[in-house]
Amino acid sequence: FLLISASLFSVTKQTEGKELTKEEKQRLRKEKKQQKKNKEKKDEKASQGSEKEKKSGSLAAAAPQPPAKSTTVKTPSAVPAPAPVSVPSSLEAPAPVDKPSKTKAELKAERRARQEAERASKPGKKGEPGQQAASGKQKAPPSELQPVIKRLPEHIQVDNPDVLKKLAKKLERQQIPLRLDYGYKVSLFSHLHQYSRKAPLTQQLSIPSTVIHPAVVRLGLQYSQGIVAGSNARSVALLHAFKQVIRDYITPPNEELSRDLVNKLKPYISFLNQCRPLSASMGNAIKYVKKEISNISSQCKEEEAKSKLLNCIEWYIKEKIILAAKAIAESSIEKINNEDVILVYGCSSLVNHILFEAFEKGRKFRVIVVDSRPRLEGREALRRLVQRGISCTYVLISAVSYILPEVSKVFLGAHALLANGYVMSRVGTSQIALVARAFNVPVLVCCETYKFCERVQTDSFVSNELDDPDDLMVTRNGKTQLESWQEVPSLGLLNLVYDVTPPDFVDLVITELGMIPCTSVPVVLRVKNVDQ
Amino acid sequence: MPGPYKETDLTERVEAFLSDLKRGGSGTGPLRGSAETARETTALLRKITAQARWSSAGDLMEIIRKEGRRMTAAQPSETTVGNMVRRVLKIIREEYARSRGSSEEADQQESLHKLLTSGGLSEENFRHHFAPLKANVIEAINELLTELEGTTDNIAMQALEHIHSNEVIMTIGRSRTVEAFLKDAARKRKFHVIVAECAPFCQGHEMATSLSKAGIETTVIADAAIFAVMSRVNKVIIGTQTVLANGGLRAVNGTHTLALAAKHHSTPLIVCAPMFKLSPQVSRYHNLLLSLQVKSCEILSKVNVHCPVFDYVPPELITLFISNIGGHAPSYIYRLMSELYHPEDHEL
Repeated sequence: FLLISASLFSVTKQTEGKELTKEEKQRLRKEKKQQKKNKEKKDEKASQGSEKEKKSGSLAAAAPQPPAKSTTVKTPSAVPAPAPVSVPSSLEAPAPVDKPSKTKAELKAERRARQEAERASKPGKKGEPGQQAASGKQKAPPSELQPVIKRLPEHIQVDNPDVLKKLAKKLERQQIPLRLDYGYKVSLFSHLHQYSRKAPLTQQLSIPSTVIHPAVVRLGLQYSQGIVAGSNARSVALLHAFKQVIRDYITPPNEELSRDLVNKLKPYISFLNQCRPLSASMGNAIKYVKKEISNISSQCKEEEAKSKLLNCIEWYIKEKIILAAKAIAESSIEKINNEDVILVYGCSSLVNHILFEAFEKGRKFRVIVVDSRPRLEGREALRRLVQRGISCTYVLISAVSYILPEVSKVFLGAHALLANGYVMSRVGTSQIALVARAFNVPVLVCCETYKFCERVQTDSFVSNELDDPDDLMVTRNGKTQLESWQEVPSLGLLNLVYDVTPPDFVDLVITELGMIPCTSVPVVLRVKNVDQ
Repeated sequence: MPGPYKETDLTERVEAFLSDLKRGGSGTGPLRGSAETARETTALLRKITAQARWSSAGDLMEIIRKEGRRMTAAQPSETTVGNMVRRVLKIIREEYARSRGSSEEADQQESLHKLLTSGGLSEENFRHHFAPLKANVIEAINELLTELEGTTDNIAMQALEHIHSNEVIMTIGRSRTVEAFLKDAARKRKFHVIVAECAPFCQGHEMATSLSKAGIETTVIADAAIFAVMSRVNKVIIGTQTVLANGGLRAVNGTHTLALAAKHHSTPLIVCAPMFKLSPQVSRYHNLLLSLQVKSCEILSKVNVHCPVFDYVPPELITLFISNIGGHAPSYIYRLMSELYHPEDHEL
């Protein structure tokens, strides 16, 4: 939801920007005068002045409020503001903006900005930002420092009863059942949902469902039961389901396809979100589909529009997932030498693909598969690798420090790459990266660019997924220790799905655009935004 | 005649103990805590001292060394057996020295003068016969037994000095010492415990149920989530199987990862280990590999599976040792070791 609203915002801000060019010119002239004054005053503090200009230049034009602006202006200084406000500001930090504006309120904020500027570092701006960039093209940047009424995703605000009420109302409107939380939640995670696998959402739907397309119902069930798992698999399955929806879609009379289809998709997306929270890759795919749909011109006939959309989706899958995997495999093969011992964790489709390709090309290496409870996905990876004839060793994650002295490289897959360089992946990845760093073993993360995400996160608590806690129970010698954990009031089970790895543990990220360090993720995002 | 009966009774006891050790090692017998093993070893050694035939301290030491070697061979990973044997040998040496009248300190310190002139303590061959030696040794062993019985309580008594209220404490696997430690603190303070389950045996589950029944807020996490939750943890308190002479640990699988994560977040790592776990020698490459149940058998033949039982944790990652005689830094362990065991007994 975050990404979708961000894109909508950028669209609206672009149109607003074009309307204000005349006023901008006036402001530019005023600004020039002020600049001259500042230069005459203090030559030493030239950097301060230019920074101040940058801040004043970067103030938004459209109806800002001073407090909101001052908080957005604080972005470059990286002062941690309270959570809801800092999320929108940090999202727009990457793209520096230069839009001059002068009102009384803005002057006040400018002064505040000057103070901030003394503390702030310069995030790569040019000498005279005010004039040049503003007269340049109006890209997504203008949206960066708008006082954003950014909505936080609902799935990380479970502890807020108002948000829950709103969600319940929305689902009622869309005629989708609300999924209830299950079991005792550990207090550190009371802001997240925790569902039970034994109570899938589909049990609460009437069959046949009139509101939700059957392909989507099936997909939701596959997600919640874990039949379709893994970020690539989920995205591809989602896109296939959307293709089916589009094929079966008939425009109702007096409606435009571009608007109606998007509205049709909304309840499906809520339903899938209830079945299992959407992944970053799915979010990006949905954004793309919605954009393509809204770009269909009203002149287009229905059949034509539908085939166009189907082709777009095909292209997306082919280019972003399949060809990207090929490109990544080609670059990674250079990193795999003969007599290498490679460590992999869990079952990442991309890493498996790389290993298969390398084996086909004749490289001699052996693989150590690390696995962890309760998902035990490593067994699937082990099965696939052994079937190809690759010699493998299998260990549990607690034995990693025992086996690492033999390892020459670690290959990890990613669920998403965040804008501050952190890698979000299956829980346990950060641990492996930590121990590998302690033993000086290089860690390589393989990730397609469609999984790059504009969110930022520093720990694994604020935004995560809680899986069914009953999965942690295990039966040994006929005895299950935690059988009656629900009856004991002070006992909680925590089954995390994701964790974030800090960029200093990761040596290299291999994408289809090349091999980049972790910290270049925002650069790639910027380049992608410009392309689009 | 009491003699032969005593002897057969003694050998029976020894054989029974050895077979228990062997079964415990292979996982078929009941799992015993190391405190229990230490107590049983010491009791057995006392019985040997009482009932075996010996005339001088040297003879007794020979007998005990021989039995000790057999016992350690039965289960090499259970180091408490060897530790107790060495303690008893040290006791014998001390009692002998006391009987001879020479002061203990002079004997202990190997002065340069002694090393150069006389060739050290090897002249001391313990051949003198002292009548009260047997009684003295048995008395000293009884003291040792009393000490062993009180270790867990002594450690638990120190709990309130280290745990404040509203803390989040992390632990791994199951340690009776740590359990007693935390339960003692929970009587007066409220805090939260996170237990890493420690696959594949998942002993953490037992620990968690036991702690939660004592009213402590407990959470069970999978091993994979150790680093993920470490940022919210205030202290890590663990038990160990053995404490090594350099201050390092040989602890249950997964402890090294836990220690690295704690170091990364600068979280103090506290080890609760009674004195009888200090071991001067441990075979470094003997790391038991136990079986791991893997269901899909058709690929099992083509795959190597490793399941080590113990991890080595270097002393740099450890902040504090809490033992029955108080708290120590890892750099002090070598000194304690030299007080507990005589250097000639390091190699049984």
